[in-house]
Amino acid sequence: MSVPTKLQEPHLARRHRIGKAFEWACCGSTWFGVVVLGVLLLSVGWKALTWPPAKDKPANSSTPTVEVKSTSAPLSTKFFSSYDSRKPREAGILAAIWGSLWLIVLVALFSVPIGVGSAVYLEEYSNEGRLKRIIQVNLSNLAGVPSIVYALLGMTAFVKMFGFFTKDEGKLLVINLLFTTVDVPLPFDRALISGALTLTLLVLPTVIVASQEALRAVPSSIRTASYALGATQWQTIRYQVIPAAMPGIMTGVILALSRAMGEAAPLMLIGALTYVAYTPGDITNVSDIFKNPHGLLDAPFDKFTALPLQIYQWINHPRAEYAHLAAAGIMVLLTILLLMNTVAIVIRHKFQKSTRW
Amino acid sequence: MTSLLRRTFLTSSLWAILAAGCSVQESAPTKVGGSPKPPVNSEAPVEPAVKLSGEVLADGSSTVFPITQAVAEEFMKVHQGVKVSVGIAGTGGGFKRFVVGETDINDASRPISEKEVDACKKSGVEYLELKVAIDGLSVVVNPKNDWCKAITVSQLKKLWNKGSTVKKWNELDPSWPDAEIRLYGPGPDSGTFDYFTEAVNGKAKESRSDYTPSEDDNVLVQGVNGDKNSLGYFGYAYYSDNQDKVKLVAIADGDDVSTAVLPSDETILNGTYKPLSRPLFIYVNKKSFEKPQVREFVKYYIAKGQDYVKEVQYIQLPENDLKEAQQRLTEALSAK
Repeated sequence: MSVPTKLQEPHLARRHRIGKAFEWACCGSTWFGVVVLGVLLLSVGWKALTWPPAKDKPANSSTPTVEVKSTSAPLSTKFFSSYDSRKPREAGILAAIWGSLWLIVLVALFSVPIGVGSAVYLEEYSNEGRLKRIIQVNLSNLAGVPSIVYALLGMTAFVKMFGFFTKDEGKLLVINLLFTTVDVPLPFDRALISGALTLTLLVLPTVIVASQEALRAVPSSIRTASYALGATQWQTIRYQVIPAAMPGIMTGVILALSRAMGEAAPLMLIGALTYVAYTPGDITNVSDIFKNPHGLLDAPFDKFTALPLQIYQWINHPRAEYAHLAAAGIMVLLTILLLMNTVAIVIRHKFQKSTRW
Repeated sequence: MTSLLRRTFLTSSLWAILAAGCSVQESAPTKVGGSPKPPVNSEAPVEPAVKLSGEVLADGSSTVFPITQAVAEEFMKVHQGVKVSVGIAGTGGGFKRFVVGETDINDASRPISEKEVDACKKSGVEYLELKVAIDGLSVVVNPKNDWCKAITVSQLKKLWNKGSTVKKWNELDPSWPDAEIRLYGPGPDSGTFDYFTEAVNGKAKESRSDYTPSEDDNVLVQGVNGDKNSLGYFGYAYYSDNQDKVKLVAIADGDDVSTAVLPSDETILNGTYKPLSRPLFIYVNKKSFEKPQVREFVKYYIAKGQDYVKEVQYIQLPENDLKEAQQRLTEALSAK
């Protein structure tokens, strides 16, 4: 690059300075977030790995010191294998972590078919028109509705079921599958399935909008070419459009799921803020699924707790040890969310490689 | 358009097939939760003999929560098939669910109100009230404080009410020194704070905010201990662990300081220490006694609960009250 001389441009130095200043400002903005995150991670991580200094109890203390055996840190293997407890050093997130996993699986089961289905219908089948425009505007608006509003809807629709069934009668819907039966209590009450359905409502608009974007990004020449080769609309969508849109759809779905995972407010409103010392369907590790496969069918109708709720409960606890347990819980939640986002990225790359136009 | 019609037809027939496989049945609420019906053996001892299963639903006061949580935790270690969940909707919020029969047990930091009794009658819920513990608050000052031995509730209200401008001791009582008063108390997340503000200021959570708050009672003790002109309050059970560090103040209900009563195990239990002591209850839906797991849980609560009451820093029931609770429970169980 030829260096312009002062003769050519008298204000050049000043303009360069402005440019440099702008660059630094942008750089600062970038690092601001990173630094804040770093400080947060360090302080939370530090808390998660240490217990608060032990109190020196007065000699005449009448409360027996039960907490003699102490683990090295709040975040230990024990943390994953024990339930919440009134003794902070024995408390863990077994119930919360299984609750959260179940929520994610159920939300995915509900929101992917409905979300992707409606996106495909809106993008591929429906005609442009007033109705579609109204739906479209509503979807975009719904994506921004605060979660507490969905919680109210979930409370009425799933927990109470509009009061159609009174609890007193204890209505049970018995569904006969070929080899076993599932007992579905009506209304669902404060069960896992109520939470999952509420979160599904919450993430559906996001899933639909993200899937629509992905479908729209598939060039129309692909569709035209497919028709030209004699494919039907179904074949075009099945073999051309959806595979091409898959990375975008998956990314949207996984990001929506991680949002569902972190939500506490809707679950609190539907009454999941409880002390629960059991896991849905009594499944506490993978081998339990084989020992008691019926647990899989019972699990959605059990009471539950979830990671954000457990963290909230611990943070509100007066004793200092619980703040450290909460920090350990936050580390676990962050790790799971990071893993989910990593999976989203990996899937995107994998599918992108397989698309050949 | 035809393709759309065919798709609609396909999905609707699919639903029809699914629906054909379903049937709505009436059944005992025990089955809610999907676990197999446990063998009915009502006279089982507290230690495990029968394999119990099913759910016990408790909700209600966050003050009683630690006791019920402790009982639930230990109960589930003994009866591993039973699922006890304990909510913290607050006494009133819990009663809202209890009076319509949604929950088996309601934790309450006050007796059931008229309105709630009426609601129970309306929905046909019969309940059993059981006293489980006593909650007491103590107001404390520095051991070197030789002027404040007793205080009235109206003085406390003047001092602690929302927007209070009391800065010096002599503003409460002219005979007290012209020294700045420094306040210590629990933070707004604790049940102690709710209770004190309700009993003294008349409304829960209404309090002046320019005091040193801490959820850790130890910090409050240290604070009051290190400052001659300080005043603080916390649970009575915590005072008994720190008798040498702080000094108790007698409380008079109303305006007349001569009626002041010092908190002690005795005055708290016989109810003369007012208004900073109160009984804590659980309410059990009598219909829930049909479920063996609820019977056992309540039995366990009354039999073993007192051990945990002490552990979570409340005051244990006096012998008479405990006996009464046991008797009421036995009657309710045998009435079945």
